[in-house]
Amino acid sequence: MHEAIVAQNIVDTAVAQAPKKGGKVTRVVISCGQINALNDEAIKFGFEMASAGTICQGAKLKIKHIPLKAVCKNCHKKFDFDLYNPKCSKCGKSDFSLGDDAPLLLEEIEFEEQQ
Amino acid sequence: MKIKVNKKILERNEDFAESNRKFFKKKNIFCINMISSPGSGKTTILEKTAKALKNKINIAVIEGDLYTEFDADRIRKTGLPAVQIETKGACHLSAQQITKALHQLDTDKLDIVVIENVGNLVCPSDFDLGETARAVVLSTAEGDDKCAKYPKAFAQADVLLINKIDLVKHLDFNISRVKRDAKKLNKDLKIFEISAKTAKGMQGWFNWLINAKR
Ligand SMILES: Nc1nc2c(ncn2[C@@H]2O[C@H](COP(=O)(O)OP(=O)(O)O)[C@@H](O)[C@H]2O)c(=O)[nH]1
Ligand SMILES: [Mg+2]
Ligand SMILES: [Zn+2]
Repeated sequence: MHEAIVAQNIVDTAVAQAPKKGGKVTRVVISCGQINALNDEAIKFGFEMASAGTICQGAKLKIKHIPLKAVCKNCHKKFDFDLYNPKCSKCGKSDFSLGDDAPLLLEEIEFEEQQ
Repeated sequence: MKIKVNKKILERNEDFAESNRKFFKKKNIFCINMISSPGSGKTTILEKTAKALKNKINIAVIEGDLYTEFDADRIRKTGLPAVQIETKGACHLSAQQITKALHQLDTDKLDIVVIENVGNLVCPSDFDLGETARAVVLSTAEGDDKCAKYPKAFAQADVLLINKIDLVKHLDFNISRVKRDAKKLNKDLKIFEISAKTAKGMQGWFNWLINAKR
């Protein structure tokens, strides 16, 4: 995935969603799929860059990787698709049908408790 | 305080992509997004496609490059309308840029819009442009291990053009390996072995394009 733009998008959304009184962001949870995948290291680095000087600075970023389900047409085994090793986990064949890949989602934002 | 957002990231791009898709549908235009590394032969393939098909169907081309109008000029020389998008350094085209480019084309009589994306086998894959189909071009000089190394471009494509097959005799390029690796990622992928230079295999691609439009 294009981590720099994704990171900028996350920061922009968090800033737009911030409560009126302000308050810093402490944690952001995002999720991605297997083809729509994110590289954890790159997105964390991008987030650090994009959040500098904003209310997101220093916030923790949690990235959930949602499995992509595949069904083998040869042995009918249901398995998790791996883009870097695309084959059935049981019989090793590459003829399978794929479910829908999870989209890139900004799930939740946690703000600092205000006194 | 925790806020549930559940919003798509890159939603802005998706909104434009969706509106482009609706536009193509309404106008009955087949739009193909071409992705590859720089120099794989995209513009050459389009020049040859233009010459072969311009009297049969109406094609327009949207060219994406970091800088210059070179490729749009090459396409215009064939007689097709072309719009150049200069991304000024950005490594991919975005759906909003396509929306803008479409305004510069007379789309009423168009059958096909081809988008030549910025030469880059990585980033453009992440940006839906609202296209009807996606083509990936791999040229033989790039090596036969690229499907495994850059799986996403191949996993998301509808058609793979293996270009510069005229050069295979000078290279250690195993075409069956590419086909096998690509099919592993994407069993429905349509594959053509072509040479835009010698015209070998190009007819199959032309036929695919004409049929896809129907
Ligand atoms: N030998 C050979 N050269 C080709 C072929 N297709 C394109 N080229 C050359 O590859 C270079 C890059 O082509 P171009 O169409 O500009 O690639 P693009 O960057 O993908 O648009 C040019 O010098 C072309 O003449 C081919 O099928 N065979
Ligand atoms: Mg070009
Ligand atoms: Zn199996």
